[in-house]
Amino acid sequence: MNVQEIRQQFPIFDQEVNGHPLVYLDSAATSHKPVPVIEKVNDYYRRYNSNVHRGVHTLGNYATEGYEGARAKVRQFIHARSTKEIVFTRGTTSALNLVAHSYGQQVCAEGGEIVITPMEHHSNLIPWQQLAKRTGATLKYIDLKDDGTLDMDDARRKITPETKIVSVVHVSNVLGTVNPIKELARLAHNNGAVLVVDGAQSTPHMAIDVQDLDCDFFAFSGHKMCAPTGIGVLYGKKELLEQMEPMEFGGEMIDTVELHESTWKELPYKFEGGTPIIAGAIGLGAAIDFLNEIGLEAIAEHERRLVQYALERLNEIEGLNVYGPQERSGLVTFNVDDIHPHDVATVLDSEGIAVRAGHHCAQPLMRWLDVTATARASFYLYNTEEDIDKLVDGLVKTKEFFGHVIEG
Amino acid sequence: MSSKANLDQLYRQVIMDHYKNPRNRGEIRNGAVAVNMNNPSCGDRIQLHMVVKDGKIDQAKFIGEGCSISLASASMMTDAVKGLPIEDALELSTIFSNMMLGEAYNGDKFDLGDIEALQGVSKFPARIKCATLAWKAMERGLGQEIDDEDLVED
Repeated sequence: MNVQEIRQQFPIFDQEVNGHPLVYLDSAATSHKPVPVIEKVNDYYRRYNSNVHRGVHTLGNYATEGYEGARAKVRQFIHARSTKEIVFTRGTTSALNLVAHSYGQQVCAEGGEIVITPMEHHSNLIPWQQLAKRTGATLKYIDLKDDGTLDMDDARRKITPETKIVSVVHVSNVLGTVNPIKELARLAHNNGAVLVVDGAQSTPHMAIDVQDLDCDFFAFSGHKMCAPTGIGVLYGKKELLEQMEPMEFGGEMIDTVELHESTWKELPYKFEGGTPIIAGAIGLGAAIDFLNEIGLEAIAEHERRLVQYALERLNEIEGLNVYGPQERSGLVTFNVDDIHPHDVATVLDSEGIAVRAGHHCAQPLMRWLDVTATARASFYLYNTEEDIDKLVDGLVKTKEFFGHVIEG
Repeated sequence: MSSKANLDQLYRQVIMDHYKNPRNRGEIRNGAVAVNMNNPSCGDRIQLHMVVKDGKIDQAKFIGEGCSISLASASMMTDAVKGLPIEDALELSTIFSNMMLGEAYNGDKFDLGDIEALQGVSKFPARIKCATLAWKAMERGLGQEIDDEDLVED
């Protein structure tokens, strides 16, 4: 994998930020877009912009082919059995909300238990919390061990025959923890529950096989994997999607409409009311081609090397505290001395270095870590060891800048 | 101005002094209005206590967690509004908002003192809400509607 060649495909790096070459360490928030993706979206708008599934005119056919072709690419990318199991959504958040509203409402109508973890992003926490409030179901959390991994003994205690839904993040956006999905799927299934997986931070960085994971639902976003914003995917096992009611009603999703009754289209269209996210889906298809050409294994290996290098280099900085387990995906969350992460991020930004600072949409996890906020550097296929060296230099400067203040 | 010069303007010595030695840090137990306000996008939070007597802010103290800018601003704000009639405190808050937005303001009526050191924040759009948090809490404590949807009262 030639990172320099890959970087040349990302026009965003052809600029300086605050007088410095851009060092982008915020891909866990959103990734940059390569030329093939930008061009594919551009091409759709320039040459065959039309609505889909209307059949008759030529451009409409091209648009439908592009949109459905993207669905076929997604199916292959995550190894689903059928394109009927691939629902396009606005992103991970709307995919998880769809499951909670439609499937969750059905199975939790008379209570029961929902089991999640304290390391969930708000998008995989609030939908279940609100479902529990609406239905009277009990929301339970699997404990974390001190190193930020799931306590699987506690998982075995918490998941019971009363459990209807287990919903877990595949890779934590704060700790980088990679959760044991197959084992959780077994636990859930042995107790008659389904397993929902938030794959927002895993899908861009590792090969996903939903059949091998044996999860029942799997959600992810395009924009974190080189595709445009506004497109995401909900995978669901066909038999489960079939028993679910749509959440949005309108055009595109109906079979017949009478004055007082309507019937729905077959899967997956009954969940895609309204004109779909055509350009976004086409862009996602192009992103999948782009990533496949490089290879998810190669990307994962590159990030493994980067994160190990980052951990080594960051450990050289006195007063720097890294959160999360040693074995982790390509991100590092940290604090430096008593310097507030906002201040860290502002000084780094003045050096052209983009990191995230704040609670990372994981307030309960911040409380578990006993911090109000943290800084996070996250890596992707276009990052280099030089980026990490610049981060370390920037952090040393930050310490110098604030050092005289804090130590007086 | 270079980014380094902007940075020096943002983190001026007087700001760092308020950050390190905050004035009016603490709680007022009796007879005070207490306002909790946080910035959900970053987790900064402040609890402001004020005693209002005869139409004037008699005492003001704060506790909270946040970055250097938000804590320094809270320190300066509590210093500045102590002893001011309510209308003046609100007027000062408007002046401060304009300063943060990089707009013209007329501060002749007040001794802005240390507050003017926060002018540099206007060059850092992402940090403006850090600086205004304590001021919005003060406005809320005086019964004003807050039109900033990004700040939330607990």
